[in-house]
Amino acid sequence: MQSSSWGRSAFQLFNYVFLIAMSILCILPLVHILAISFSSSAAVSAGDVTFWPVDFTFKSYSFILDNPKFLTSVGITLERVVIGTIINLFLAVLTAYPLSKEVSAFRHRTWFAWLFVFTILFNGGLIPWYMTIKMTGLIDTIWALVLPGAVAVFHIILLLNFFRALPKELEEAAFVDGAGHWTTLWRIMVPLSMPAIATILLFTLVQHWNSWFDGMILMNKPAHYPLATYLQSIIIKLDFENLRQEDIYLLGLISDRTSKAAQIFLGTLPILLAYPFLQKHFMKGIVLGSVKG
Amino acid sequence: MRGTAPAPALMPGERMKPKWMRTFWRYRWLYLFMVPGIAYYIIFHYIPMFGLVVAFQNYNLMEGIFGSPWVGLDNFRTVFSSPDFPVLIKNTLLLSFYRIIFNMLPDLVLALMLNEIRVRWFKKTIQTLTYGPHFLSWIIVYGIMFSFFAPGSGLVTTFFRDMGWGSIDVLTNSEWFRPMLVLTDIWKSTGYGAIIYLAALAGINNELYESASMDGAGRWRQLWHITLPGVRDVFILLVILRLGSILDAGFEQVYIFLNVRVYDVGDILDTWIFRRGIEQMDFSVPAAVGVFKSIIGFVLVLGANKLAKRFGGSGIW
Repeated sequence: MQSSSWGRSAFQLFNYVFLIAMSILCILPLVHILAISFSSSAAVSAGDVTFWPVDFTFKSYSFILDNPKFLTSVGITLERVVIGTIINLFLAVLTAYPLSKEVSAFRHRTWFAWLFVFTILFNGGLIPWYMTIKMTGLIDTIWALVLPGAVAVFHIILLLNFFRALPKELEEAAFVDGAGHWTTLWRIMVPLSMPAIATILLFTLVQHWNSWFDGMILMNKPAHYPLATYLQSIIIKLDFENLRQEDIYLLGLISDRTSKAAQIFLGTLPILLAYPFLQKHFMKGIVLGSVKG
Repeated sequence: MRGTAPAPALMPGERMKPKWMRTFWRYRWLYLFMVPGIAYYIIFHYIPMFGLVVAFQNYNLMEGIFGSPWVGLDNFRTVFSSPDFPVLIKNTLLLSFYRIIFNMLPDLVLALMLNEIRVRWFKKTIQTLTYGPHFLSWIIVYGIMFSFFAPGSGLVTTFFRDMGWGSIDVLTNSEWFRPMLVLTDIWKSTGYGAIIYLAALAGINNELYESASMDGAGRWRQLWHITLPGVRDVFILLVILRLGSILDAGFEQVYIFLNVRVYDVGDILDTWIFRRGIEQMDFSVPAAVGVFKSIIGFVLVLGANKLAKRFGGSGIW
């Protein structure tokens, strides 16, 4: 790209400025939340806080960290993240391996692949899904947050494509050396598929961390809510139905906006921390996942 | 756990076994690996599909699925003759179309712009920042929106007041509801959506650009004749997928942003199903809407895929 006409330079300048502006736009809202969480309630209600704390204070954080509801929900989320991620990765690896075989090595491969893919094309929808989970008796247990999303077709396809791209000779050499499928899978295929595994890991972590809907309908007791559902219950459940316009106005003024902001920020923090470590792998992973299996 | 790549010679006693048993034995480990995955899909995906039969019943909790009386298509008649239904369909379709029109293009544009950047660290930094919001939940996004637009003390509301522009009410205003959903969706998903286009752009052979530029093709002509055809397949694939979920319209986001003041424009099929089914424990009529949704989605994906293939694309399968 060597042309360096005036129009080209102008475009490049515009391009850089535009992209920088877009990036700032993506982080600014979080900066605002962070600023609110470190400001005094009075400054927030007065609308004085923009992107820098006013009357800097840790009050809202010490308030939250004393709040048992918040802490319990964090505990439940950690539990679901750990159990859920382990199950998810294990099942995705195990299911993707047979499907990654050529038809010559596993004759029913395509048939089984369709069994999984069909669930993307057609689904029962919310009501039968809810009825089924109710029937299994998982409601109000941690398993209700883990098992209904145990393995995703998208993750299977992603891994399957990655397995397929590995050199066939490795697998064959393992077989010649007397290794079985189990050993080949865990000792050879999995260590070589770390970019795909990291991608699935990131997706699963984020999904479990963010899921609020399942917690809301599958957990009867608010004490069993995971963090996202708890956040939903404090942020969203403003009952507009029973509020008059003046009430909404008051709510914005007097509500504990600093502590909400602190909880929003703490609720986002683990993702912000985990993301830079995993994201270098996941571009590659997503792209592979979108190739046909 | 021996490898099964070379077909094992038959033992003398095995000769009489039927072929399917031998096949089964040969692939036993592969089957075994899939058992948990298949069990999961049967329990949490295929059983719910059969659960759709409640749409043809007058389901009640006491009798259950096997005891409730069959009512044929009565539930569907109830749905289609309800005055709510046209409104729900309209809200759902409008929102979906807005999303297709206004959310797909920014993804592509961002990818094209990033593709023009030659400084690698700059490109990487921008990407990392722009796809960050994808990983925030809608709860958090709503929390942020509330912080900006809270009546009385939000960042933007205060700004408007101080500038003397009067009050601005975005969260509880019917006119603002759809634009707000689309705009927050652009904010949240554009960076992430660009990734797949960037991959397609990276796959375009550089020689094409070189020879085009030797033939005197300008940048716009190169964009039109090389770059855009290079991402066409990806674009079509994404359109097909979006068509399949056209009756979904993004439940999570809508549910969170929805409030009674904007029901007239914001209530979609899924929020209605949720209220009637989960909140009021009335399963049959919402399940009928679910059947309707699933069938339309299925037909649209198949149709769009066929169409894409007819016009020379590769389709999804």
